[in-house]
Formats: sequence, structure tokens, C-alpha cells
Amino acid sequence: MFNVLWLQSGGCGGCSISLLNAESPDLLTRFKSADINLLWHPSLSEASTDEFIQLLDKILTGEIHLDALCLEGSVMQGPNGTGRFHMLAGTGKSMMSWLARLAEKADYTLAMGSCAAFGGITAAGNNPGEACGLQYDGKVSGGLLGDIWRSSKGFPVINVAGCPTHPDWVTDVLMQLALGDLTGSDLDELNRPRAYTDHLVHHGCARNEYYEYKASAETLGDVGCMMEHKGCLGTQARADCNTRPWNGSGSCLKGGYPCINCTAPEFEEPRKSFTETPKIAGIPIGLPTDMPKAWFVALASLSKAATPKRLKDNATASHIITPPGQKKERT
Amino acid sequence: MTRKLYGPFNRVEGDLEVEVEITEGKISKAWVNSPLYRGFEQIMQGKSPLDTLVYVPRICGICSVSQSIACAEALADAQGIQAEINGQLASNIILACENLADHLTHFYLFFMPDFARKAYQDQPWYPDVELRFRAQTGTAATTMLRARAEFIHITGILAGKWPHSLSIQPGGTTTTASASDKVKLLAILMGFRQFLETQLFDDSLENICELENEDALRAWAEQHSKADFAQFLHLSDSLELHDLGKIDPNFMSYGAYRQNNDFLFPKGRWTNEAAGLLQLDSQLIREDLSHSWMLEQQAPAHPLQGVTIPDAEQAEGYSWCKAPRYDGSVIEVGALARQTISQHPLLLDLVSKNQSNVTNRIVARLLELARVLPEMENWCRQLQPNNPFCHQSPMPTSAEGQGMVEAARGSLGHWIRIEQGKISNYQIIAPTTWNFSPRDKDNIAGALEQALLGTAVGEGGNQAIAIQHIVRSFDPCMVCTVH
Repeated sequence: MFNVLWLQSGGCGGCSISLLNAESPDLLTRFKSADINLLWHPSLSEASTDEFIQLLDKILTGEIHLDALCLEGSVMQGPNGTGRFHMLAGTGKSMMSWLARLAEKADYTLAMGSCAAFGGITAAGNNPGEACGLQYDGKVSGGLLGDIWRSSKGFPVINVAGCPTHPDWVTDVLMQLALGDLTGSDLDELNRPRAYTDHLVHHGCARNEYYEYKASAETLGDVGCMMEHKGCLGTQARADCNTRPWNGSGSCLKGGYPCINCTAPEFEEPRKSFTETPKIAGIPIGLPTDMPKAWFVALASLSKAATPKRLKDNATASHIITPPGQKKERT
Repeated sequence: MTRKLYGPFNRVEGDLEVEVEITEGKISKAWVNSPLYRGFEQIMQGKSPLDTLVYVPRICGICSVSQSIACAEALADAQGIQAEINGQLASNIILACENLADHLTHFYLFFMPDFARKAYQDQPWYPDVELRFRAQTGTAATTMLRARAEFIHITGILAGKWPHSLSIQPGGTTTTASASDKVKLLAILMGFRQFLETQLFDDSLENICELENEDALRAWAEQHSKADFAQFLHLSDSLELHDLGKIDPNFMSYGAYRQNNDFLFPKGRWTNEAAGLLQLDSQLIREDLSHSWMLEQQAPAHPLQGVTIPDAEQAEGYSWCKAPRYDGSVIEVGALARQTISQHPLLLDLVSKNQSNVTNRIVARLLELARVLPEMENWCRQLQPNNPFCHQSPMPTSAEGQGMVEAARGSLGHWIRIEQGKISNYQIIAPTTWNFSPRDKDNIAGALEQALLGTAVGEGGNQAIAIQHIVRSFDPCMVCTVH
């Protein structure tokens, strides 16, 4: 049996709500298949108030073994480092202090979602709550537990980043831990599971043909590629959103809006509008990962010159107006 | 006289703490504390207006679409535009999907498992309820999660994903629905209808909508004892839940689901005294900070003039939640308010007899599932795949706007001011801000604080399961409450 405790702090609860969307099979069946025992989860467990506080006490005294501590939501350090912005109800103690003590008891500690990993949306603007992640404060390693902290099994905080995080990303990593399959090399440079961050959101994007020919959307809701004008970060964002669908068949791109790179630290403050692409001399800043700029410019101008009329027509329309298979125009 | 602290509550969204004073085994005073502050209103200052559509859904994972729609409507109000008809229909479908999924989650995962607790093991109904509703292991949980996940495929088609979509815009939606999407949506709705009609109701949605009074409801429950709804009504009778969490109805609804220039469920207010639809004037809304951990302002302010500056040292403060009042009155919002204001005969009868209480709050939510799903089918049929879904319009550099929407849990309002092309003030009042508000400057307690009074909890407050039922009957969303 693999004991999991799931706590929430400075977040929206959306990663739990997303988790409940797990299907084929459903969440409870997935957990059962890996002998995962949910000691407590805010949406699913019976225990409330005193019963829950007793559970925490038993974990701290070692009476109950904790395999995985999961946090959803940022660590709330404010105001002035006191943690008063989130006191754990019924205990008179800050959630921040509970987390630090519980992490020492857990074989593994996981940050579920970008808030718990890096601070996320709660750390946006002037970060009024002094929100940070369990082991990162934005891009900087540290956070609540500190840069060199390791769990009793020798792992850093595993950052299942995403806003929200995909239900499969969560159940995959918990089930792999329960089976003893996850190793240090399965995590990327930000300690996110490589199972999904070895991919780019760009992979499998239904707009790839528009990307290839730089046939670009001009307003939100257009069919074309959103990289050139609409701020899409799919060519840089590390996730498999277009090969592992959301809610049956969806993704942000399929929803007609750009990727905002929500698995990355500090995605919440892009220093530009989310739906605009900043450019210098007409060339987008922030080119695809790994791509030399000169090559991108050369290829882009070449492909733009070769854009089929069909793609040009459709790119700025809200639905396909010119279907494929029409007679080729003479050039 | 003793005092006792209860918390944390789970199977509510977010963090909640309740302190009570107990006199002769009954609650004589209650203080409701929302113990988490994040500061979205501060975060939004200085943002580009359209970028707020990225932040606001992330106020809440369970009401994310409602937050997006309130924001989009506030921006549309500032722009002086209306959404395209297709966009309006798509927004209604996405919002209804979230609201109904939330009602379902509340009933099966949050509320009912409390009746499968060992505390009830001597009740004659316990074996059936325990088998069906026990947290995590009850037979309903997996069945319901599967039906819920498939129903939410609607958002995969119309919103990209849920929670946290950017498809909802002031002029409509960035998504379009193809002819193929349209039939897929209808098929998904049929699948969900089948779940409701076989598991929750054991009857057609239309028959549920036609229940016209308490007697008809009782007669129906007798004939459909297999239905999960009937199981609830049975245990509700046996535990007299209609006497629990009782307050005088002072209901409000901002109007739910736009249809042309009207709403499916109307905007207005309701009290048993008036027993008729009362006008709602949003200018009469004020937020009182006297018992909040907020830097106090001179007098309660309308949200357009509202200020949110946390101050943990505020002497009278006991919650991060502000105290919204309508024309000075404490208000209850939610499905019960919405359905009473829509003058559905069943709720009118129940509320006139027994006011607002635990049973009526649950009945209203389940009735809403039956009433809204057929409307979703209608909206889907009206989608015109070849017509536009989103109207584009420039954002003014200086403007004000208000966006008012009915979330699953009740009335949600966003008030924005734009100056020099940036957000200069953004204030939010969420449904649970109304329901779980602290006291105001006149020391009048909030709706939950009143609903808890008189509840029997035992001398030391250790037989407090009734508190669990009352708190959850409101389906609180605490992350929205303070935001």
C-alpha cells in the first residue's frame, strides 16, 4: 500500500478538479490498480476537522507512514514571512509550517501544479501573498524547502507543473512511484516528469500545416497558426497537450487560443500581453526551442512565399472556407 | 457556555474554519473564517484588460468558467458590445456544463458521504446509503466520476479544456463548433441525460421539472425509491433536515443564462414577506470591512469604489472575507435562491413552508440539473456552425464595466475600471462571499453564521455532524470567497 496525503494551500483547487476528470479508467480505479491509498484528499475523503488533524499528528509521530506528500497551490509566506495568509483551519498554525514538518516524514514530496512547483498564478503581479513553490521561487531554486533539500528517498520535490495539471500527469507519476518505477533520470532540469516534458505543446498541434507555411491567425478564433501574431508559445512549451488530449478531445490550441506555457516557472508574468507576439523588425522574439534564428528567418520567408492559397484563405477565417483538393493554381 | 473551533472542513472547495459558542448543547453564536488570502484583486492592478481573462479563471478551479464569463461580461460592458449569438450560446453551454458538473460533484462527492458515516450506523437506511455513498468506496463514486468526465467532454470541444479556458471572450468564444461538433455535443448531452434519468432520478427530467409541491415530491419519492434523489429525500425526512440550517429567505439572483436580452432564470430578489419577485439594483451592493482582516475604509463601499488591502492586525477582524450587503441586508445566494426567484412551484411551496434549510438547498440543486440539461440541448440545436462565434471590438483606454453571472453557487460579480489602457481597479464579490460573510458594522452575522444558530452539537460540541451538513448544504467555494 502506497499512502498519499494531498493538501491544498494558495491555489484554486483546479488541479484537484482536473484530477477528477481522469477517465478510462476513472481516478479511483487507477489508484486501486497501483495499490495507492489516499490517506486524505480534500475532495474525496470522509475525515473532516478533528479526525483530519489527528491523522496529521499520527503522520508526524510516525504512527502512519507517509509515502507521498502532495501539495496543490503555492506556499503562502505572507504577510512579512509569517504565513498568516494561510493558517491551517482548526490548528492555529500556518500551512507553511505544517508543510515543512510533513515533508520530513514523506518518502516523496510532490508539487501538483505550477503554483505548488514555482509559485504560479498566485505569485503574479506584485505577489501580494508572498507566494512561492515548495522548492522553487519562480525560476530560482529554493522556495520553502531550499535548494539542497531532498526527501528521505533522495528525491527533490517532483514538480508536476501545469495550470491546471493534466490528470494523467498526476496519476502517471504517483502510480510509477507506487510501483517503484520512477528514477531521478525520469525528471527534467526543473524536476518535472519527463514523461510529459520531453514533448512540446507544438507536437501534434492541429495547426501545424499553418505553422509550416507561416499562415497566421490575425485575431483569436482564426484558424491559422497563432505563433506569429497571437503570442502562442507552443513551440517552446514543454508538455504533451496536443498528443494527450484534455477532456476527451481538447487542448488550448484546439480551443482557439494560444499556449501560455503554463508548465514553466513565471509563465504568469510574460512581460507582454498573453495574446500578442512581441517582435523586433517584424520577427517574433522567442523563436522555437533549439532553432537557430537565422535559419528560422530564412525558412519562414521561404515558406511564406510558398504558402498555398488554401492556407492563406483559411488562416484568417474562423472556420475552413477553402477545403483541400481544389484544382492547383498555375503560378 | 463553551467555545469550540471546527476546521478544516473538506469536501468544500478551499479552506474553512468555524468557531462556535455553545450554550446548553446548542450553538448560540458562530463566527465563520475564510483562512486563505491570495490577493487576486491586487494582482490584477495594472494588467492589460484582456490579460485578466488569463488570471480570473484561476481564482477558482471549480467555478473557473463562471469567473471567465463575469470578466468577459465586465469587459464587454466596458467596450459597449454584445457577444455574437453563437458565442452566447456556446458560453451558455460551457457555463451550464460547469454548473451542472458542480451540482453533481456536490451531491455525490461532497454532501452525501456524510450520511455514510458510522455515526448513522443505527439508522434503518444506513446499509443502503453506506453501500452507495461512502467516501471513495461507495458504488456511486466511480459511476458518477465516469459520467461527469464524459459530460465535461463538452468543454474539450467548446472551451479547449476545463478548468481554465481562454476561449470565453467579451465578443463570444474563440472556439467554433463545426457541424460534426454540434452532433457530438448533442450525443454527449444524451449520455448525461441517461445517467441522470437512470441513477439520480429513475425518471425523466421532464417529470422531475413538473413536480409542483411538497406532496407531489413525497409521492414521487415513494414511487421511485431506487433513485439517489429519493434516497436523499428519505433520509432527509428521517433526520428532519428541513429543520436544519434554517434561515429566513432573503434571496438574490443576477439572472442565469442569457437568452437574447433576457435570462432563462430571472434576475431579482425574494423574501417570504414579499412573496413576489423584487427588483434588483446592483447600485445598492456594498462591501463592509468592519470584521475582515482588511484595511478599513470610511464606510461600506460599492465594489466600483472598493479597495482590497489586507491587514492581519485589524482588531475586529476574524476572516479574510469581506461582508457584502444588499441595501444593508444579509443575502443568501445559490440554486435555492435562483429557483425560488424563477418561481418554480416546488421551491415556492417548500420555501413558503420551511424557509431556507438544508433539504431545500439540496432539492433546488437537483431540480436545476433536471431543468438546465434540456435547455443545453436546445442551445446546441440553435448553434449555426457557419456563422461567426466572436465579435471583435477595440478596448477603450478609459472605461468602467460590471459583469454579473450566476455560478453554480450563486451570484458572482466583477467590477472593473480601466484607465490609460490598464486595469486601475478590479473588485470581485463571489457567491460564498455572500453566504459565508463575517459580521458587518452593525454586528449582523452572515448567512451561514445565522444558519448555524440553535444547532444541537452536544455539551462539548463533540456531536457536531449537523454542522457538517449545514456547512455543505451551501456548497461553499472558499477559494472564490476571498480570492
